[in-house]
Amino acid sequence: MYKFGVIVFPGSNCDHDSYHVIKHVMGQSCEFVWHEDANLGRFDCIIIPGGFSYGDYLRTGAIASLSPIMDSVEKFASRGGPVLGTCNGFQILVEAGLLPGVLIRNSSLMFVCRWVNIRVENNKTAFTRNLKDGDVLRIPVAHGEGSYYCTGDVLKSLEENSQVVFRYCDGDGNVTEESNPNGSIGNIAGICNKDGNVLGMMPHPERCSESVLGGADGKFIFESVITWLGLGKKTKSKA
Amino acid sequence: MKEFKVKVEVRLKPVVLDPQGKSVLSALMNLGFEGVHDARVGKLIELRIWDGSAESVRKQVNEMCRKLLSNPVIEDFVVNIEE
Repeated sequence: MYKFGVIVFPGSNCDHDSYHVIKHVMGQSCEFVWHEDANLGRFDCIIIPGGFSYGDYLRTGAIASLSPIMDSVEKFASRGGPVLGTCNGFQILVEAGLLPGVLIRNSSLMFVCRWVNIRVENNKTAFTRNLKDGDVLRIPVAHGEGSYYCTGDVLKSLEENSQVVFRYCDGDGNVTEESNPNGSIGNIAGICNKDGNVLGMMPHPERCSESVLGGADGKFIFESVITWLGLGKKTKSKA
Repeated sequence: MKEFKVKVEVRLKPVVLDPQGKSVLSALMNLGFEGVHDARVGKLIELRIWDGSAESVRKQVNEMCRKLLSNPVIEDFVVNIEE
């Protein structure tokens, strides 16, 4: 059994969903971690949940990215510990500089809350290990600021280093403009760091890990990291 | 020590698409303002700072902009200082 930590900021609202999935669906140990705590050494995996940390003031994720805990998350990640940021968690990871680029206002200006399909582009990360490249997952999104943007140079380096992990696609896996819910460049739905242990994604796997919720594809992400931890990839850290 | 009034203008870089500005533009056109052909929406942040010199204020505010007030990936900032 592995120990997961779910970080809680003022305004996080997917923390309980994440906790539920990890503890009750995946059968792992899980603890909430308040953003003012600084010790993550006891955890095998860190989740930065979705929500509206600090009311999305200034820019989404900007204030949370300066919380004391983010230094510990950075150390945890630099020692190879797996970190998953979903939705606002992804926004916090880019603001903190753990992932490149930024998430800006959806091109439609509308808050988008619906099921989308995403195609797996890199199955070598800690969170996609149990999947195959080209697999299509059906996972819901719920965001107003999920349009991934970065400069041309950064995009080139993301592509070259296989850091694009998920792209919005249609049900058959075709990456089309119609399947892009927010205007993200390259239909990007999720990216990882170069080592593949930090993943940020706008869709919400924690909202679809039980079939009673209309879909259980999110489970693949959590199962993957459990497999990955079992392979002993994680450097034991004392962060 | 003097009090300085600082205005920080934060704008999306010209290369970044501004859907909010586009929407404002189309609303202005719908209102009949025919000449308007571009609109971009930014932020104005007003600060009041105690400090010894305008130079030192500028240094501080530039650092604030880099660390928090703007995101260099998508935004530019301009600092205006008044004594």
